[in-house]
Amino acid sequence: MSQTRLEKRFADLKEEGRGGLVTFVTAGDPDFETSLEIVKGLPDAGADVIELGMPFSDPMADGPAIQASSLRALRNGMTLSKTLDLVRAFRQDNQDTPIILMGYYNPIYIYGVDKFLADAKTAGVDGFIIVDLPPEHDDEFCIPTLDQGLHFIRLTTPTTVGGRLPKVLNNTSGFVYYVSILGITGTAAASDSAIHDAVARLKAETDLPVAVGFGIRTPEQAANVATVADAAVVGSAIIDTLKENLDDDNQAKPGLSQAVLEYVRTLADGVRGSRT
Amino acid sequence: MTTPNSYMNGPDERGHFGIFGGRYVAETLMPLILEVEKAYDAAKADPSFQKDYDYYAKHYVGRPSPLYFAERLTRELGGAKIYFKRDELNHTGSHKANNVLGQILLARRMGKKRIIAETGAGQHGVATATFCALFNLPCVVYMGATDIARQAPNVFRMKLLGAEVIGVESGTGTLKDAMNDALRDWVTNVEETFYIIGTAAGPHPYPVMVRDFQSIIGREAKEQMREAEGRLPDQLVACIGGGSNAIGLFHPFLDDKEVAITGVEAAGFGVKTDKHAASLTGGKPGVLHGNRTFLLQDDDGQIQDAHSISAGLDYPGIGPEHSWLHDIGRVNYASASDTEALEAFQMLSKVEGIIPALEPAHALAHVTKIAPDMDKDKIILMNLCGRGDKDIFTVAEALGVEI
Ligand SMILES: Cc1ncc(COP(=O)(O)O)c(C=O)c1O
Repeated sequence: MSQTRLEKRFADLKEEGRGGLVTFVTAGDPDFETSLEIVKGLPDAGADVIELGMPFSDPMADGPAIQASSLRALRNGMTLSKTLDLVRAFRQDNQDTPIILMGYYNPIYIYGVDKFLADAKTAGVDGFIIVDLPPEHDDEFCIPTLDQGLHFIRLTTPTTVGGRLPKVLNNTSGFVYYVSILGITGTAAASDSAIHDAVARLKAETDLPVAVGFGIRTPEQAANVATVADAAVVGSAIIDTLKENLDDDNQAKPGLSQAVLEYVRTLADGVRGSRT
Repeated sequence: MTTPNSYMNGPDERGHFGIFGGRYVAETLMPLILEVEKAYDAAKADPSFQKDYDYYAKHYVGRPSPLYFAERLTRELGGAKIYFKRDELNHTGSHKANNVLGQILLARRMGKKRIIAETGAGQHGVATATFCALFNLPCVVYMGATDIARQAPNVFRMKLLGAEVIGVESGTGTLKDAMNDALRDWVTNVEETFYIIGTAAGPHPYPVMVRDFQSIIGREAKEQMREAEGRLPDQLVACIGGGSNAIGLFHPFLDDKEVAITGVEAAGFGVKTDKHAASLTGGKPGVLHGNRTFLLQDDDGQIQDAHSISAGLDYPGIGPEHSWLHDIGRVNYASASDTEALEAFQMLSKVEGIIPALEPAHALAHVTKIAPDMDKDKIILMNLCGRGDKDIFTVAEALGVEI
């Protein structure tokens, strides 16, 4: 079977001998055009994989930064089908950088699973992270996703222990996302040694690449994570930079996307320097 | 759709009632939820757990609650005989105590050291704070900022009882947002914390667990009704927020085909407006807070804000078992508006000397609609699940009275 875009990206990273940078932004935050500008600029700024948040009214696993980001996007008219439009527009000039959609199940359920998967595939989506679909509900969306040849990336957490890990890894594809803390996005960071141990534990159970996220805020942290894991995921910190460039009405100030991309570049420099 | 042999067998082992229910939660919570299920199954099978429950239910909560024939109201409405199951007389003023007692005993069995809860009207928060005081456990209650403003007496009660009340600003600052933040707390403090969910919703096993604890209402009522009338009632009525008092009354009667059952949702300004909380009447199936159920939502699957004058009914979802009972047609779901509830609230105060909570005032509004057209030998049993002390400020404001 030929490699998917996501598999190729991790294979290339391995060849280059460095960890990757996975960046999270919410689709449509603060508005469609600005968001597209950011996403289009991410590969050049050094993002190896793009995670794109599908805005949801009730993001239960997210902290204040991503909650607010989701609401800004929704207030400016973002919808799930516009998220796919954004991916489609991105794919016009980029065929190499994988895009993973991340979010919650309800908007997909309402869109219709089969139709959504077909539309997402055509738009150029590579996979999904759906926070509220544990393995217990694999028949609902995970299996149909794999049947379409797309990836279903699962979160594993510090509570995924004992006999549960194989269950979580089963049907996971593309990479495994290790949530390094107990909690929601944008809060505390785990210690380097805890991350190191957890990644080692995962690596003993799976050949899939392991990305680590939640709580990574600085180029130094990203660099440290990238020395032990296959990729570091940064979200809330990028969104905080975005937020600093909003006016009082939560609209983009001039230079917003450049500021966000500049910050991503510092993260990428950190990650790239980490194993030399 | 085939009619099941019994309506009382659900859910299946994955927590499904038909297509509803399930456990749609983040991986961090999954192991704990499985642990709660295991602990609950073990507790159910342990006579000492039941014995503890019965002890506190009797001596602390004040059960059994009376079954009361509302004679004046019956005469006033001129039709069916109206009975109330008086759970408003429970310690803490509502049915919420039945559930909190069960869950806190379970939390103790599991060795949990910290309790969290969400609350809308504050009744569940007060009940949780009360039992935390009794069992000396730290208690954190999440409550929407809007609800904090309109249920001030309950906020103060919770604080007196030693609980920490955290105001939730996200969303519209009502029950759903409080539940989001409680879930966020839980993922963060999963190891030592037990989340006492206040209604028959959330991920499996919560809907079934809450139902089981609340079913004490229906079991008692059935026996009391046989004693009072020598037969079962013709019609049950209860209000629906998340659906816990309703399922508690309904469940023991589900297989008694001769008993008609009606749940009353909050119609707010009217179910045809965008300001109501009637998820079955005005919503469609979706996934939120760990279960698939009827939800108020837009075409993009974004959850919409509910509205009701009653903070306890102001929730855009409903417990999954109700969605199933609605789907298969065993229970009929009606609605009552803010205005109708306010009228019923005042009527009961004057006619029976009982100030009801705004939540059961919705059930009562429905009773006043159907009772006059029923024969005098018919019997309606309504769950009077809460008292109205907490609501007098809201009602005064709605009536334009300054106090
Ligand atoms: C008195 C009373 N009745 C009803 C409700 C609604 O909840 P449920 O539908 O779970 O009974 C509440 C919730 O706060 C309440 O306080």
